[in-house]
Amino acid sequence: MIRLEKRPEPSQAWTYVTPLLAVLATMIAGGMLFAILGKDPFVAIRTIFWDPLFNEQFAAFSRPQLLVKAGPLILIAIGLSLGFRAGIWNIGAEGQYIIGALCGAGVALAFYPLEAVFIFPLMILAGALGGWAWAMIPGLLKTQFNTNEILVSLLLVYVAEQLMASMALGLLRNPDGGGFPGSRNLGDYPAASNEELIAGTGMHWGVVAAFIAVIFAYILLNRHRMGYNIRLAGQAPRAARFAGVNATRLVLFCLGLSGALAGLAGLFEVAGPAGQITIDFNVGYGFTAIIVAFLGRLHPVGILFAGLLMALTYIGGELAQFMLGLPAAAIQAFQGMLLFFLLAGDVLTNYRIRIGRAEVA
Amino acid sequence: MNIKTLLAGATLAFGIGAAAHADDPLKVGFVYVGPVGDYGWSYEHNEGRLAVEEAFGDKVETTFVESVPEGADAERVMTQMALSGHDLIFTTSFGYMDSTIAVAEKFPDVKFEHATGYKRADNVSTYSARFYEGRAVIGHIAGKMTESNVVGYIASFPIPEVIRGINSAYLHAKKVNPDVEFRIVWVYTWFDPAKEADAAQALIDQGADILMQHTDSTAPMTIAEEKGILAFGQASDMINFGPNSQLTSIIDNWAPYYVARTQAVMDGTWESADTWDGIEPGMVAFAAMSDKIPADVRAEAEQMIEDIKSGAYHPFTGPLNKQDGSAWLGEGEVADDGTLAGMNFYIEGLAGDIPS
Amino acid sequence: MDLSSIDPILLIAALIVAATPILLAAIGELVVEKAGVLNLGVEGMMITGAICGFAVAVETQNPALGFIGAALGGAALSLIFGFLTQYLLSNQVATGLALTLFGLGISALIGQAYIGVKPPITADLDIPLLSDVPVIGPILFQHNLMVYLSLGIVAGVWYLLKYTRVGLVLRAVGENHDAAHALGYKVVRIRMLAIAFGGACAGLGGAYLSLIRVPQWTEGMTAGAGWIALAIVVFASWKPWRVLLGAYLFGGITVLQLNLQAAGLKIPVEYLSMSPYLITILVLVIMSADRSRAALNAPAALGRPFHASS
Repeated sequence: MIRLEKRPEPSQAWTYVTPLLAVLATMIAGGMLFAILGKDPFVAIRTIFWDPLFNEQFAAFSRPQLLVKAGPLILIAIGLSLGFRAGIWNIGAEGQYIIGALCGAGVALAFYPLEAVFIFPLMILAGALGGWAWAMIPGLLKTQFNTNEILVSLLLVYVAEQLMASMALGLLRNPDGGGFPGSRNLGDYPAASNEELIAGTGMHWGVVAAFIAVIFAYILLNRHRMGYNIRLAGQAPRAARFAGVNATRLVLFCLGLSGALAGLAGLFEVAGPAGQITIDFNVGYGFTAIIVAFLGRLHPVGILFAGLLMALTYIGGELAQFMLGLPAAAIQAFQGMLLFFLLAGDVLTNYRIRIGRAEVA
Repeated sequence: MNIKTLLAGATLAFGIGAAAHADDPLKVGFVYVGPVGDYGWSYEHNEGRLAVEEAFGDKVETTFVESVPEGADAERVMTQMALSGHDLIFTTSFGYMDSTIAVAEKFPDVKFEHATGYKRADNVSTYSARFYEGRAVIGHIAGKMTESNVVGYIASFPIPEVIRGINSAYLHAKKVNPDVEFRIVWVYTWFDPAKEADAAQALIDQGADILMQHTDSTAPMTIAEEKGILAFGQASDMINFGPNSQLTSIIDNWAPYYVARTQAVMDGTWESADTWDGIEPGMVAFAAMSDKIPADVRAEAEQMIEDIKSGAYHPFTGPLNKQDGSAWLGEGEVADDGTLAGMNFYIEGLAGDIPS
Repeated sequence: MDLSSIDPILLIAALIVAATPILLAAIGELVVEKAGVLNLGVEGMMITGAICGFAVAVETQNPALGFIGAALGGAALSLIFGFLTQYLLSNQVATGLALTLFGLGISALIGQAYIGVKPPITADLDIPLLSDVPVIGPILFQHNLMVYLSLGIVAGVWYLLKYTRVGLVLRAVGENHDAAHALGYKVVRIRMLAIAFGGACAGLGGAYLSLIRVPQWTEGMTAGAGWIALAIVVFASWKPWRVLLGAYLFGGITVLQLNLQAAGLKIPVEYLSMSPYLITILVLVIMSADRSRAALNAPAALGRPFHASS
């Protein structure tokens, strides 16, 4: 009989080995899937994992694109991970992302076409505040009425989506857009545009913010009292209470921070790569970031790599579609498998596998 | 990038575009906003792609990426297509407009074709179909055939394209049946089969005996069939889903255009253009007319198709008033394309308001 | 505007049709959550059920077999979640989201051969006499069997949870898995069964969409119904009859909204569409503000991993 024995400390070695094993297992299982679909599995795997990084024809373009795609994922996931560590579940980052984008774009469009240096900083502020405020709804309901934050934050995603549709068709609609839904393109409005900082690198302010967030979270968790409280609250809630951790403050801090970061991600996206508010502006970064946070094992550096890996499968998946004719569905299923294997691999980090009879049934 | 741009300029200067590599197949890429399996918008564009393959065989290589979100993702997909040697790229959603322009600027030697947009460049053409011509015809049939005098209309978003369709269908139904009434439901989605089915049901429950839709799924047709009422298909021939219900269907037929533009690139005659084609060149086509349409109505409908084709008739011909009663077109006056492209008002007689 | 054109009888009949898929998925998820497991993969299981049911029904030309296939398909997918979270102790939130991603992909792959295919018709029940009773007839007695089955499942779950030993054990596992384990109950096994039941129900809900409500197969056709089902479980504060109420309310708002539009009433569509979510939040707040009642309903161990030796 196989049973699991909890390790006193998560295994360092397995922490590094399991992601590699998971990627390997995904390549085998995914390769089988691709073979069933009549594609050469080796070519398919190479296209997804290798070509975006090293193909001489277009890797120079797709490598920086990894940063563009991973930036918002990392930024959101960092915020979420702090809450997740403390047992505070914000799964509505998608909604906070939308509201952040709406607020940021709203500020920009209010000043249009004024060219002034204060506009972009003001937008950043508005984006962060918007996401923060949207996350404060589940936060305050949790602290005041003990309402479950998982569900409230999730429900607010749908409210945010409808709000955005209403904005794209109404208040923020481009008056010169021929009646089509969608706001002005901020890319054509230099004062509000989140441009590439160094041409050809993919680095825009959102990516910079993501890197800062990683460093900030690392310091917070390891060097700061709040970080200690977060870890304590997650690992031993009772002990945390005795140690004088203020639960209300912790909830508001974690939800507020994750909301603000998600709002920032939305703002940088709408001002930069996306350019405008449309009905379909949000593409699921908020939900994918939850997975990224767990893939990165809630560790800032882990999240950095997890975000890049996720981005790689997106970009590689697109290449596989037009180079090999793989359907988008196959890529989705492939990503699902990768996540399953990575999540399953966690067990090796936290538990020892023992073969033999269990002492207690 | 600089060298690449330079080279591109050089090839252009010598007048040898993509045609220079005569042995290499021409690479044509397609970017779809939905899955090719939606049996609606993206499906029809993919049919157009298959027609290109059919027409040119080994001389072309076509590729596509489906379900590409508008914005940054679309821009990346287009760039990667351009980088991997595509000569011609069709971007098939209105929301790809700004991305198409941005990518096209970086790749002057690649030709882009953007569907339903209004921004163009030296290497970016736009194309769209005059679906309102088709809607005039089905409006006429509906006006003649409705018994309850209630026509149900499932609309997606309040944008000019959709409003134009409603106006055109209503105008022609009203012409032959002054008592006809249009019930319009806005579902705020292009594609949500369950919601479209519910909308169809709501319209039928309120007395509609003919359905029209400006959404992409086949759900309304299926409901019409189930409830035993009549309906017009949208985007593709939906006869499979409504063998008894479908009177005809307005088909988005992109194939002739795609084949022609691919040919133009091969010949080196491609030029940036704004195409807004209707029934005449075959961009708007009809599924076979149902036997349920009485012979005289059918003859009238076919006559109207002929007249639109020949240019003898324009669906928006005055005198026409706006909904509020103010004059829009004088006697014999024909609507100009600019007004049509930005149409944001109902014509006289339609009830209700355009949501905003 | 012509409100008289809305027939309340037809409206109720329509809302039952609109509500049944989410009702089925929600009642399944309720059992899962009662056992202390939070499976956010409902959307993935629904869409997998939709295609499995569709494929089986088309191949066998038998809708009944289709529904069985849908239940099996949904359950099979849910067992991936079960295996990962119960045996390999992965995080439930992340695994559930991954399940949705995987389900959407795999269903689209299976479905490629079924685009544009017409499924066999699931006949509506036509009970002589009863179906012809005015008012009540069209509302109650002219649906297909699945509507009654969904009501039966709700009643069954209610009875099971409230009056049977199985229900007691299930709730015990959801409240305090360590205590249940100490009492000798097989926590993991019970949870796996609950997860499979949830998957089967979600699968049935999906097949209701693809075989009855729409009936056809298109990629992504559930369009978020699974997430609504999750919201309804909470709205219902984990009570079976309130799930029924919640699902019908939700279906009702959707259908009413469309009917009001068809009647020519000018309504702000986006704001009406967000109202069910706002109402659910409000209900949540009211419920949870009353601490004594909330504690009775929400499974205390919801979402917590269980490991026997910890």
